[in-house]
Amino acid sequence: MTAMAICGGRLVDPAAGVDGLKDVLLIDGRVAEIAGTGKLKSRNGAEVLDATGLVVAPGLIDIHVHLREPGQAYKETIATGTAAAAAGGFSSVAAMPNTTPVNDSPEVTRWMQAPERGAQVRVFPIAAATRGSKGDTLNDFAALKSAGAVAVTDDGRPILKDGMMRETLAAAARVGLTVIQHAEDTRMTQGASMNLGPVSFKLGLRGMPVEAETSIVERDIRLVAELREAHPHLHVAHLSTAGALAAVRQARRNGLRVTCEVTPHHFLLTDEHVGLYNTHAKMNPPLRSAADREAMIEGILDGVVDAIATDHAPHAMHEKEVEFELAPNGIIGLETALGLSLRWLHREWRMPLGRVLSLLSAQPAALLGLKGRGTLTVGSYADVVVFDPKVEWTYRATESQSKAKNTPFDGWQMQGKVRWTISEGKIVYASA
Amino acid sequence: MNPAAPATRRALTTPPAPASPFPYNPGSLLSVLDLTVDGASRLLVRATELEHEDPIVRDHILAKRRIALLFYESSTRTRTSFELASKALGADTTLVSNLSSSIEKGESLKDTGLTLRALGAEAIILRHNSSGAAWLLEESTRLPVVNAGDGMHEHPTQALLDLRTILTHLRPGVSGVKPDTLAGVTVMIVGDILHSRVARSNMLLLPRVGARVLLCGPKELLPEQAARSGPGIEIERDFEAALRESQAVMMLRIQEERLAGLQLDLEEYKASYQLTGQRLAALAPAAVVLHPGPIIRGMEITAGVADGVQSAILEQVTNGLAIRMAVMERALTAENGGPADRSSPARRIKGGRA
Repeated sequence: MTAMAICGGRLVDPAAGVDGLKDVLLIDGRVAEIAGTGKLKSRNGAEVLDATGLVVAPGLIDIHVHLREPGQAYKETIATGTAAAAAGGFSSVAAMPNTTPVNDSPEVTRWMQAPERGAQVRVFPIAAATRGSKGDTLNDFAALKSAGAVAVTDDGRPILKDGMMRETLAAAARVGLTVIQHAEDTRMTQGASMNLGPVSFKLGLRGMPVEAETSIVERDIRLVAELREAHPHLHVAHLSTAGALAAVRQARRNGLRVTCEVTPHHFLLTDEHVGLYNTHAKMNPPLRSAADREAMIEGILDGVVDAIATDHAPHAMHEKEVEFELAPNGIIGLETALGLSLRWLHREWRMPLGRVLSLLSAQPAALLGLKGRGTLTVGSYADVVVFDPKVEWTYRATESQSKAKNTPFDGWQMQGKVRWTISEGKIVYASA
Repeated sequence: MNPAAPATRRALTTPPAPASPFPYNPGSLLSVLDLTVDGASRLLVRATELEHEDPIVRDHILAKRRIALLFYESSTRTRTSFELASKALGADTTLVSNLSSSIEKGESLKDTGLTLRALGAEAIILRHNSSGAAWLLEESTRLPVVNAGDGMHEHPTQALLDLRTILTHLRPGVSGVKPDTLAGVTVMIVGDILHSRVARSNMLLLPRVGARVLLCGPKELLPEQAARSGPGIEIERDFEAALRESQAVMMLRIQEERLAGLQLDLEEYKASYQLTGQRLAALAPAAVVLHPGPIIRGMEITAGVADGVQSAILEQVTNGLAIRMAVMERALTAENGGPADRSSPARRIKGGRA
């Protein structure tokens, strides 16, 4: 039996409606007891973590990361990516299937979860919706689900054909899987490398119109409505435009099961941050206009947005040190999500701490149906993040646990320092 | 939701984009925005002086300095003109093109730049098909980099030579510029603005010396946001109305290599936007006609206009030589040279032959 007691801290567990001074006892990877400070009944023999002055919360859950394995280990491995997750306070990550080969099979899905991968935190594979993510043939969702897949998506190669998307939603609904869509009509974004607008014109770069995102979100919602009887769940990945957010808002009013996530970079940065061709500001969807960014903040504050996800997308240094148009899309984000969310959503925009943490744990767990995660009620997984909410610190990309350093947030001020990250009862990160 | 919340949150913003570290090297000319009006004026004055300078004296200005021309796109005017301008000042030049170099084997722009620096290049003139390439090269090498056209973005020496041409015709005898030198002058730029680096550099430079820039073209080639690139830029879609207001008319080629699937009805385009002798005589009989080349006779401009008395197209080419002499002199003699400038191995063995 291994036991650990986290004592003296402020427990913030939004899913359980708890915010107060509580001690938490973890036994054999599960939460065994919650009690007022100093009142645990059975802490004898437990390792004690002194959390006085610290916040104790459910381990964070990032439902959108790229761990690059199998096949692209020079960018990141499951071991290094999850080490970065642990350092950022995440005890679970959901890994996208655009690996080499594409994760479209139970074999790859199982391979990613095997102990030999050296994952520091729980990895939930998201499988490809279609074979090779080519948009032609549906994969066997039941088999993928029993191998551990928590959702299906052709992330990065969005499903454009209406018929195929309808089939995907219907088939996923039959086995109770979420369909995640990277909403981009790629026919409208050929050769484009940033948001379409005055900035792209000025820089002489081809732009991606906001319609490329909104049209697909609107189309998908229409399909969900048509399939209403089957109760499909559509989740919009890294939503970035005011129009798509409005569509999701309306779909929810109409009682459809449509959820969405927003990344920290889309609620903090605009296309002006591309500056003079900074490839660390190149991602897909691209950084948008100030109006779109404001809509993201509004959506987060008023509750339409269900989750903050990072779209952690590691790339090797040499891949980003090229002409802007040739650089791959994406930035890393696992170690900055909490610090930026606390700094901006909580401190600047006055979002209650419990609500910020809910977007980073309880809500993502609920939307992917991760049972026993995202909360610290007795019997849940012992996934915990303990952080000092008062500490301000400066993020240095060079100190990242990730193999990659591609981030626009190098040198940014962060709020809240992770002290411990615990995954299923095991300390996977401890700061000095 | 608290109805008062939006007001509180609007007041709060995130840090703005960090200040640009460019140019790293004071000799670089990446964008026309790297130049103050004074700086542009000095280049124009110097271009005239260098043009009239005794060739023997001129030959010593950059004697044996090493300049690399790095060209990822084909070019007649720009390449020859930079090469002749550099040689006229006594510099040694070498041409590296993407078709006959290790670039074909996959060498990156950064590595190509570092290799040229290691070979002793003291400045690099870059023509590249990707917007922003000059910034990447400068950041990688810290050498003076002169942007000879990056994708659809900028072509600063073209804008300077266009300005010189316009001055010759509309402000004869004036060689330098001030913020109001071209006050009252309307310069129209016609055609494929979207894909044009010449248009972007001109629309950023000309208003700073007092000109009004009028952009003209169909929606597919001239998006509304073009007018938001800077002050003093307006859009007039009616070619004939724009002509009537303009003292300088800059025609652009349809850049078929950059259309990327865009379908254009060329006959319709010609009917609406071709500069014909008739239109010119009727609407702008005193205007100076410019074109950065290459011209496609019978497409955006008729042969009669291209060869006509109002055409300054060949003067532009000649002016390019003078402007580029001034730009290369500035590149290699700019004060407060950056660290790379001082430590360049070429500088230490200056004059030595490899």
